[in-house]
Amino acid sequence: MKILPGGVCEAGTTRVNKTGGWRTFKPVYDYDKCIKCKLCELLCPDSSINPRDDGFFEFDYEFCKGCGICANECPKDAITMVLEEK
Amino acid sequence: MAPENKLDKSKMVVVEGSYAVAHAVKVCRPNVISAYPITPQTHIVEDLSQFMADGEIPNCEYINVESEFSALSALVGSSAAGARCYSATTSQGLELMHEVLFNVAGMRLPVMMTIANRAVSAPISIWNDHQDAISQRDTGWIQLYAENTQEISDMTAQAYKISEDKDILLPSMTCMDGFILSHVYEPVVLLEQDLTDEFLPTYEPDHVLDPKNPVSFGAFADPNYYTEFRYLQEQAMQKALKKIEDVANEFYDVYGRYYGGLIDEYRTDDADIIIMAMGSIVGTIKDVIDKLRDRNVKVGVLKVRSFRPFPVEAIKNAVKDAKVVVVLDKNISLGLNEGALFTETKSSLYNTDVRIPVVGYMIGHGGRDIKVDTIEKIIDEATEVMKTGIKIESQFTDVKEELL
Repeated sequence: MKILPGGVCEAGTTRVNKTGGWRTFKPVYDYDKCIKCKLCELLCPDSSINPRDDGFFEFDYEFCKGCGICANECPKDAITMVLEEK
Repeated sequence: MAPENKLDKSKMVVVEGSYAVAHAVKVCRPNVISAYPITPQTHIVEDLSQFMADGEIPNCEYINVESEFSALSALVGSSAAGARCYSATTSQGLELMHEVLFNVAGMRLPVMMTIANRAVSAPISIWNDHQDAISQRDTGWIQLYAENTQEISDMTAQAYKISEDKDILLPSMTCMDGFILSHVYEPVVLLEQDLTDEFLPTYEPDHVLDPKNPVSFGAFADPNYYTEFRYLQEQAMQKALKKIEDVANEFYDVYGRYYGGLIDEYRTDDADIIIMAMGSIVGTIKDVIDKLRDRNVKVGVLKVRSFRPFPVEAIKNAVKDAKVVVVLDKNISLGLNEGALFTETKSSLYNTDVRIPVVGYMIGHGGRDIKVDTIEKIIDEATEVMKTGIKIESQFTDVKEELL
């Protein structure tokens, strides 16, 4: 990100604000339990759950700050939060 | 040597201070005005609404809002979209804007706002002192203080020119003493449209909110980035020191009127005692000085026009040959028992070879009249300080013991 004259920035600065380092708990995804309801993608506040072509998902751990909303809302408990190993 | 102020008496009209400001805003051709009426600023926005209703301000939108917070918030968006913006407020209204003041300054939007200075609550008071604007000194706004109606009118155009400079891009407050300047009728030469167009070109920002070329104003900044924004803001403030001087001179070239740049000195050349003050009180002090000069008291006045950025170098140079400096403050930093101008002046002189006593007086709170006798008394006390040294560094004046 470059600060332009007058303190303005270029657009899309969210991409430089990587929140992955904040994480204490990490979401782990069980493909067998997933029913592809997309609720987790919809509710993720950091847009860190990205859909794959086959209907399953992938976590972008550079932006996941471990809030646990996805795990809490998943109707089939396909996502569990585990303590991050540092 | 400061250029001589040429006032064309044939063009003088007797108008209210608020009208002079509203007229000045009109000829600066604003695109968006948003303000919420509050005493003693009301007449400014009333006059502007009248101009709007009469169709005298073309290409301008007047946004009616429900509070001062919204008034300034509306201007954040308008200014980011490339409009020349104006607002006016005072006292509790300015304090209600507090949060937005930081946003405007941090987003580097050249909004201009007139403050009709008034005391702050509680106890509630509608009369003049400088506490409201001084409370906002660290918000990153340029703060200019006017001595009389002519100056506040001309300062309006100057403030736009300073703020909109590509190296500066900081918002400005022009401060006029509530009632003392805002409601008084004085002979004024109003700003003229053709001269103002020559002095103040159309605002053409480099970056605006535009869906086709997206940019971020006021982006989220984590600890990796925040410091740099503040650093750039402070650098712009330091550049504004020179710009304020330059604009005062450019204004003189076009209109022939000059009030000083960052500071203005009156009879300070050989003065032993220098009185420092801001706003309309300077006029009163000048009269006292003329009287005392006839009695051979070597006293001069230093008017501080720019409180933010604070003119450290200019003040140092102006007071270096004096024997005592007296600072009059219409405000107080509670808990320090000092006025803000007094504190800043002392800190400017520390770590320099200018070692002179500085004494402070807190005066005229909540609109109490500042009398010639009081100023004479203060000058007498300063003469004592010259002989015997400082006994009381900073004090209230005219406290009515019988009420305590």
